[in-house]
Amino acid sequence: MSTWDWQVFCKETTSGDVAPSCFGSGGDITYLDWLLSAWGWTLSVSVLALLVALLLGSLMGILRTTPHRGLVLLGNAWTELFRNIPLLVQIFLWYHVVPALIPPLRGVPSFILVVMGLGLFTSARISEQVRAGIQSLAGGQRMAGLAMGFTLPQTYRHVLLPMAYRIIIPPLTSESMNIIKNSSVAFAVSISELTLFALQAQEETSRGIEVYLAVSGLYFISAFAINRAALFIENRVRVPGMIGGGGH
Amino acid sequence: MIEIKNISKWYGAFRVLTDCTTQVEKGEVIVVCGPSGSGKSTLIKCVNGLEAFQQGDIFVNGTSVGDPKTNLPKLRSHVGMVFQHFELFPHMTITENLSIAQVKVLGRSRDEANERGMKLLDRVGLKQHAHKHPGQLSGGQQQRVAIARALSMDPICMLFDEPTSALDPEMVNEVLDVMVQLAQEGMTMMVVTHEMGFARKVSNRVIFMDQGSIVEDATKEDFFGKPRSERAQQFLSKILSH
Repeated sequence: MSTWDWQVFCKETTSGDVAPSCFGSGGDITYLDWLLSAWGWTLSVSVLALLVALLLGSLMGILRTTPHRGLVLLGNAWTELFRNIPLLVQIFLWYHVVPALIPPLRGVPSFILVVMGLGLFTSARISEQVRAGIQSLAGGQRMAGLAMGFTLPQTYRHVLLPMAYRIIIPPLTSESMNIIKNSSVAFAVSISELTLFALQAQEETSRGIEVYLAVSGLYFISAFAINRAALFIENRVRVPGMIGGGGH
Repeated sequence: MIEIKNISKWYGAFRVLTDCTTQVEKGEVIVVCGPSGSGKSTLIKCVNGLEAFQQGDIFVNGTSVGDPKTNLPKLRSHVGMVFQHFELFPHMTITENLSIAQVKVLGRSRDEANERGMKLLDRVGLKQHAHKHPGQLSGGQQQRVAIARALSMDPICMLFDEPTSALDPEMVNEVLDVMVQLAQEGMTMMVVTHEMGFARKVSNRVIFMDQGSIVEDATKEDFFGKPRSERAQQFLSKILSH
């Protein structure tokens, strides 16, 4: 094992010269520039996919708890479809198969396709959590809401969902952290994110150890930041007088 | 006020209610009792359509509950309901619990709703707890808030589904006191309960159910004095023996 050489990140990607400021100038970029840009792509894919997943996952999870059989069926079918096919295969389906079947999608950039693929895959898992959260409230809260004269949508909005989301913050946190890590599959369709950077940079520089350690560190920091943000939210919305709640 | 006509209900092949018929006149207090599993909670939840039924119909103030064209949320908004497990909204303060449906369903202003809520909270003796969350109150206090919450909608009648069954013994009376007061003020009430003291004190009639049927529907004097059915006699001797 050779000694570590962290200066590799200060090298310019074309000339291989070490840039004095560690950032590229005059049109060339250093590996550090590239690393940071790749981190940006990872975060962009993750955040957008998370939005798609939260929106659709919540909708599908809610549908599965309604008294309407057709809606329950739709939610169930959605969930099973997107959680029973491996993520990597789904990404390829979005990249190779979906545009072939739906011609208008041919011009859509692969970034969008990856966001959809990762978002829909994760939405199936979030749908399951939302369903579990709502069902953990048993029938009593739903009946209490309806008995007050709330319509079904009002009962969800004011009674069921505020508690259900509080209950599922911990699994939702895991899922949000997973999405950061799962975004690494985007390399398979040439999104210039952290994993693709790592593959190419270690190829060019032969400094695989430094490159992979740096990339691992950035994944860790990103996922951990989500974890801390979720913990902050969890504390903010804690209900006084409930298990784990303060405020006495 | 409430007319229950030949109601039958099935869960799959299992029949939970068989041809139940009774009525509650304006200002009447009806107590529904019977062994567990006899269908009394199911029957009372049919009254405001929280449980669906397959045969018969129920009319609340002339409006059919079974008619698919009936606006059930509107009907429910003026039928108060109190549950065994209180079912206050845990993420809201007591004030919000009392005002949210007034604002969202009745369209009252927040100030108006809060004022009405505080008045009712004062009436059940819990004004000083307005800022708390339900989890910070005792069971008896929560149930009194639940009664105030139902009253905040100015209901034309009140349904109680075993309101004291989940309470510690020492908290039963504080809830019953509120209910007795309501009854004496002329509120129309249908109460599923095992509290025979309450039945004797304020009820007009007692309905006894067994295996999904109304076995006895009698004035309280007749019911406690000379119950006709053997099943009701057994039931009374069991719960009044201590």
